[in-house]
Amino acid sequence: MSSVTLNNIVKRFGNFTAVHQSSLEIPEGAFITLLGPSGCGKTTNLRMIAGLLDPSEGEILIGGKRVNDVPIHKRNLGLVFQNYALFPHKTVAENVAFGLKYRDVPTEEIPKRVQDALDLVQLPNVGDRYPKELSGGQQQRIALARAIVIEPDVLLLDEPLSALDANLREDMRVELKRIQERIGVTTVFVTHDQSEALAMSDQIVVMSEGRVEQVGAPEEVYNTPASEFVANFLGASNILESRCTGTGDGVAIDAPIFGQMTIPAEKAPRITGEGPAKLVVRAEKLQLSDQPAPDGSVSVPATVETVDYQGQAVRYFVRAGDTQLQAINMIDGHPFAEGAEVHLHLRPQDCAALPG
Amino acid sequence: MGWNLVRIWTVLVYLFMFLPVAVVVLLSFNASQFGSFPMTGFSFRWFVELAQNEAILRAFRTSIVLGLLTAMISTTLGVLASLALVRYRVPGSNLISTLLIAPILVPEVVLAVALLLFLNFLQINKSFTLLLLGHVIFTLPFVILVVQARLVSIKRDVEEAAMSLGASPRQTFFQITLPLMLPAVLAGALFAFTISFDDITGTLFWKPGGVETVPTQIFAMLRNSISPEINALGTVMIVMTVGLPLLGLAIARQVAKKSGG
Repeated sequence: MSSVTLNNIVKRFGNFTAVHQSSLEIPEGAFITLLGPSGCGKTTNLRMIAGLLDPSEGEILIGGKRVNDVPIHKRNLGLVFQNYALFPHKTVAENVAFGLKYRDVPTEEIPKRVQDALDLVQLPNVGDRYPKELSGGQQQRIALARAIVIEPDVLLLDEPLSALDANLREDMRVELKRIQERIGVTTVFVTHDQSEALAMSDQIVVMSEGRVEQVGAPEEVYNTPASEFVANFLGASNILESRCTGTGDGVAIDAPIFGQMTIPAEKAPRITGEGPAKLVVRAEKLQLSDQPAPDGSVSVPATVETVDYQGQAVRYFVRAGDTQLQAINMIDGHPFAEGAEVHLHLRPQDCAALPG
Repeated sequence: MGWNLVRIWTVLVYLFMFLPVAVVVLLSFNASQFGSFPMTGFSFRWFVELAQNEAILRAFRTSIVLGLLTAMISTTLGVLASLALVRYRVPGSNLISTLLIAPILVPEVVLAVALLLFLNFLQINKSFTLLLLGHVIFTLPFVILVVQARLVSIKRDVEEAAMSLGASPRQTFFQITLPLMLPAVLAGALFAFTISFDDITGTLFWKPGGVETVPTQIFAMLRNSISPEINALGTVMIVMTVGLPLLGLAIARQVAKKSGG
């Protein structure tokens, strides 16, 4: 177990810069997720930590030691790939034992270590089989067992759940988190799936176009996005061009449609004074109702334009004035029909604001 | 009606292709003095005579040694070249690849004459080594094509996983990459052997005086008369050049099955 540090890392491929000046501090034992759309540089970062790519600039430290010049096979890392990458010509037990051969593990101890790893991933009886005889989910568990049996300093997971189908993915998510907590290994997880990131991480690093957009705990990243990109990438948000009209007891925002409102200062940490601002309204915070709001909520009339029924929830596109907004509401009884006249309720403390 | 015509036509085409071969095999068991019909009885006589013909045995040994050496050298070079071209970013790799494959595209006579003139120019005498060199040049493309195709299908991830677990690049090659590409390596070696064993055009140009391979020996014998021995020799050649690849293919398939394709 070790901490991982990236110091001003830059990675260029020819003229293309895949990662711009990114710095990152991953504490020992943390589960941190690099989240972003494809091509944002998250995998490039992971591969540089693994030693599969050399950074063009900057340095990488594992456990406080600079590893830029340490080749991958001497870094003591566990690496799990999207498509499992098991050795097809070796049995499951041979796959798991592979890394132990290159370590000072006494030969007679190897079978026990392999069995412990297989027990940990809850596949104790498949040692004699070949990888192709296992399902995708089972293969990924074996890949995980193979990576952790060597007691790596850092566990690197490159979209390990993306090749699995939806139900299995959610089970594996819980399973992976359980195993990580059990062995307490520092883990770097790469994904483009926001729900995986939110569910599993201690810290999320949101990346876009080779830059780190925000680093924070899942709740923090979700509720107080640091940029328009983060607000849009994690869940659905409405972004309204507004003005900040004063900072004092909370941040006063003059927004279109919703008018004047005051939002808590901690939801707008980046606003320093009066001027243009963006109001971020999460789709699930915008409630549709046939009644005006009774309490201190903001309430404006709107018309339902599109209804996207999703079972337990429904996604509405509504029009208020000349602006289209989206809202995701849990269904209580029947959803509103298209064309219905409704009231939009919004509590100011559920909003966030960014500098314009 | 139409389909019957197609059937008949197909049978005729196959007859045209394989009847001569079948006739050679059939006549090799003919007891008659003459290597032609009518057959007068079934006999292994010509095979026995073949086994006692010193010139043919010598040619056989030469062909087998030449074939084995060609297969070994071609396969080693082919595997290394494929690795370089597929796994590493070599400058001008497209050009190199084309040049390595080119001997297939150039007519063999041209290649044979070119190499001969080149050696002449360098004032190097013909020798067994040079014959071997020639065979390596034009079996190499086949090895490269087969091995490259397999190597492309072996995911880089698997090798990266091995390295992340502590295997050095060399250990990764011998533990992971080589076992996975073994079927293609065997197939390539077999190709090289069979092509070398079969070759006559290049061999006629390159062989030093006094050295004969099986094909050039047959060619030399045919110039005098059509002896029934040639039929027997032809049958042996057919068994070697058809049987060996089939056997090799079966082995390769077994290996592939064990290693999970």
